[in-house]
Amino acid sequence: MDTGIRLALTLSQIGVVMVAVLLTVAALTLLERKVLGWMQDRMGPMEVGPYGILQPVADGLKLFFKEDIIPAGANKFMFSMAPVLSLVPALIGFAVIPFGPDWTVDVGGVNFKPFVITDINVGILYILAFASIGAYGIILGGWSSNSKYSLLGGLRSAAQLISYELNVGLSIVGVLLLSSSLSLVTITNAQAGGFWNWYFFGGGGFPQAVAFIVFIISAVAETNRTPFDLPEAESELVAGFFTEYSGMRFAFFFLAEYGNMILVSCVATVLFFGGWHAPFEFLQGPESIHWVTGIFWFAFKVSSFLFLFFWLRATLPRLRYDQLMRFGWKVLLPIALANIVLTSIVAFLFPGS
Amino acid sequence: MGTIVFFYFAAVIVVTAALVVALRSPVYSALALLVMFFHVAGLFVTLNAEFLAVIQILVYAGAILVLYLFVVMLLNLKGEVRFHHQLTIGLFLGCMVFAEAVLLVVKGETSLGASLSPSSEPTQLMQGNTESIGELLYSTYLFPFEIASLILLVAMVGAVILTKKGILEAKS
Repeated sequence: MDTGIRLALTLSQIGVVMVAVLLTVAALTLLERKVLGWMQDRMGPMEVGPYGILQPVADGLKLFFKEDIIPAGANKFMFSMAPVLSLVPALIGFAVIPFGPDWTVDVGGVNFKPFVITDINVGILYILAFASIGAYGIILGGWSSNSKYSLLGGLRSAAQLISYELNVGLSIVGVLLLSSSLSLVTITNAQAGGFWNWYFFGGGGFPQAVAFIVFIISAVAETNRTPFDLPEAESELVAGFFTEYSGMRFAFFFLAEYGNMILVSCVATVLFFGGWHAPFEFLQGPESIHWVTGIFWFAFKVSSFLFLFFWLRATLPRLRYDQLMRFGWKVLLPIALANIVLTSIVAFLFPGS
Repeated sequence: MGTIVFFYFAAVIVVTAALVVALRSPVYSALALLVMFFHVAGLFVTLNAEFLAVIQILVYAGAILVLYLFVVMLLNLKGEVRFHHQLTIGLFLGCMVFAEAVLLVVKGETSLGASLSPSSEPTQLMQGNTESIGELLYSTYLFPFEIASLILLVAMVGAVILTKKGILEAKS
């Protein structure tokens, strides 16, 4: 009986989170084009629905009804596996993100946390592990298409993901040292009380602002966004690893890219900007409405990061491949390592400050 | 329940491990290896070692195997370019390992056999998984840990020197 209740609760929670993520993706596809339009002094999509707000529906229907083409000479099994291998890791990471207060509710004798699907004590490593699995979808998609552009896109992406994954991992070590935990719930709870307790602004003793900058640059590179979108550089490689994909398989890659953007924004919010905590205690309101204000602040911070992604895309030109590699290994990596050394010295000299 | 889960993971590990060497295409071999890594991680989770499970996926599946795939794709190996000259040594090593396994099963009541059997309850740790591994690495196993890091450093320097041949020749 208890197992049944737990299963039902968890499944409904997963359903709610998945629907929220996919709706956000749909909204993002429109918002990205709108924001890019405004920044380039255009209107953006205006045709479908009032002010173009039904554009995602039209895009979705188009992709759904489009013919699914498998190129001649492609490896059919791998070709169909790759989009799934790309999408699943992007969605599975949301399982450990706390998007509201750390409450425990008693439902029919089962302890249930309404605002995090599961609080495992290696949460952040879990996200990193599945983020690194996402590379398989891209590599296999590029390889199985039997196309030069796809293969080159896949190879570039493999090199890029491996290089920048390392920087993502090293840049968050400072936060993990200060919070002495790998659980995202514990890390969020340690940043309660006001913005000066957030790790970005020096909560825990040593500001992680530099680490955050390394993290966000590496995150942009890991999600294959401009200015690091070499795997799909359209002026060089047509569309990179998904050149040969169409219809729903293409949509899967697309969903994976936007899902990864949201996931990375969530991780940045939780690790550096206090998760669901408001910048001032009084903005959080009384204890009973913490879940409303919590989800509001969480969504607000995540949206700011998503806007940053669009802003970067509108502002910066694409890097050259050797510049990308040099920047990752010779600039970001030493900065991340220096941050770890400094943070551990501070954490050792002033424990618990 | 625990035994069923163990046998599921064990069976998949054995089958995929065999597939890694049996499959013709190197890319399929790598994928079989990926499935195997996930099931090894699952085995770690059933032993309450979730830190090891996640590290297993992060390091082996996420970094090392991606590099393998990278190399396989870059070289684009043909099916014929494979080595078939290891049959004798393979048979020899296989017999050795098999004999060891048989010996272990026969002498099942020894301490090693007992600790390997799946029915033995994993010891519940007082502190978290991550903390206990960290403490062990930096106290009991400090020396092997440092040796391993030194070997990795040597390998890194070696790799840099191999790719930068010009550096040494220019000075001499």
